[in-house]
Amino acid sequence: MSLIAITEVKKRFGDNEVLKGISIDVAPGEVVAIIGKSGSGKSTLLRCINGLETIDEGSIVVAGAQFLPDEVHLKALRLKVGMIFQQFNLFPHLTAGGNVMLSQMVVKKTPKKDAEAVARKMLDRVGLAHKFDALPDELSGGQQQRVAIARALAMQPIALLCDEITSALDPELVAEVLAVVKELAAEGMTLVMVTHEMRFARDVCSRVVFMHQGRVHEIGAPEEVFANPRTPELRQFLGVQ
Amino acid sequence: MTYQFDFGWLIGSLPVLLKGIRITVQLILIGAVFGVALGIACAWVRTLGPKWLKPVVATYVELIRNTPFLIQLFFIFFGLPSLGIRMSELTAANLAMIVNLGAYSCEIIRAGIQATPRGQFEAGASLAMTPFQTFWHVVLVPALQRIWPALSSQIVMVMLGSAVVSQIAAEDLTFAANFIQSRNFRAFETYIVSTLIYLALAILLRQLLAGLGWMLFPRKASR
Ligand SMILES: Nc1ncnc2c1ncn2[C@@H]1O[C@H](COP(=O)(O)OP(=O)(O)O)[C@@H](O)[C@H]1O
Ligand SMILES: [Mg+2]
Repeated sequence: MSLIAITEVKKRFGDNEVLKGISIDVAPGEVVAIIGKSGSGKSTLLRCINGLETIDEGSIVVAGAQFLPDEVHLKALRLKVGMIFQQFNLFPHLTAGGNVMLSQMVVKKTPKKDAEAVARKMLDRVGLAHKFDALPDELSGGQQQRVAIARALAMQPIALLCDEITSALDPELVAEVLAVVKELAAEGMTLVMVTHEMRFARDVCSRVVFMHQGRVHEIGAPEEVFANPRTPELRQFLGVQ
Repeated sequence: MTYQFDFGWLIGSLPVLLKGIRITVQLILIGAVFGVALGIACAWVRTLGPKWLKPVVATYVELIRNTPFLIQLFFIFFGLPSLGIRMSELTAANLAMIVNLGAYSCEIIRAGIQATPRGQFEAGASLAMTPFQTFWHVVLVPALQRIWPALSSQIVMVMLGSAVVSQIAAEDLTFAANFIQSRNFRAFETYIVSTLIYLALAILLRQLLAGLGWMLFPRKASR
């Protein structure tokens, strides 16, 4: 059974149909890379899976629970699916530890002491145990993104959505974030990630989705997608003739 | 100039003066705490709150910001009793200041909330927080930090504007000064003294607000 079942999803912004019938099934433990040109609808798709955008048609089912746009269903959905953003979006007034503790205490009503223990464990997992008391401002971009990962992990999601999480980073900081993601993948976390890191997609992902103009243009194992692109659009995107 | 300065009355008038200071301080403390709380609530309504409440708050804010404080005070103290709502001079003064600061601080705080990056709301939502939880735990403190200098100035202005409450015989510092002056006929000296006291209070208040900001908002560890 698939963990995330996306069926014929359509999304419009006014007259602009951004998703034109997307269907993807993600199995538990799978790591799916979504690639494609800017504007092809990759972010919109992830945002729909997390309920940050409502969908106009089709269905999204996560671990058997249907996505419905009311507060109870949204909360249930978001407890299952964590999201990590390109711009980190850490809370600037809280320390790294505070960032990881907040939603545990506010949403799950975890007592402070337990939330702190979880936060220390999660920060340790991303290699930042020693930065518990640092403010986001005092961290490098790579460190901030790793705190954001720890923050999402602290809610114990069954899947993580990553939207170009290394695109805002200086090149030398990309590796440390990808290493964390790679480790999560190895531990069996289900991941759906929009990425421009083709090498990473090839090495770590179980499937690659190429999106083009709001559709899944090609989908398959990384070996076939990268070695034998079938469509001219993907060939052009990959820069091969 | 042949004017002979005389501050001899000061000793005898000290109790009246001290009482006036105490009431002015009390007015500003209560006014600031509840006024800013009201301002936060109204700013929430105007930015993220329920649609049906928005026009109500907008009307309140525009009404207050486009009428003189003295008239607001008179309305509360002299007007409301016609509706059977009676209160002491001091309560009326407190209420007028809260209502006045509430409207001005609403607009200042609203600007701070509107400057919040969208990603902050989305991060809160993606962590399964409700919109209100996100506002309260994520958005509010950085929003206040952004506008803290403007808010502080507004609070000091309301403190100075509180002199007007002497008009309904609330016994604040200005009331005390007027009273003393009517006894000693030393207007110049009396108002110099009260001016200096207001000045000192304003400086003190600014320091207090700066200190509060220092406590409330995170700072990078000094390295
Ligand atoms: N909130 C929005 N309102 C209107 N149009 C939007 C909105 N978000 C995205 N779009 C449009 O949807 C299209 C796809 O955007 P996006 O999903 O961000 O693409 P990608 O992530 O692949 O670059 C773009 O044309 C963009 O302008
Ligand atoms: Mg995008």
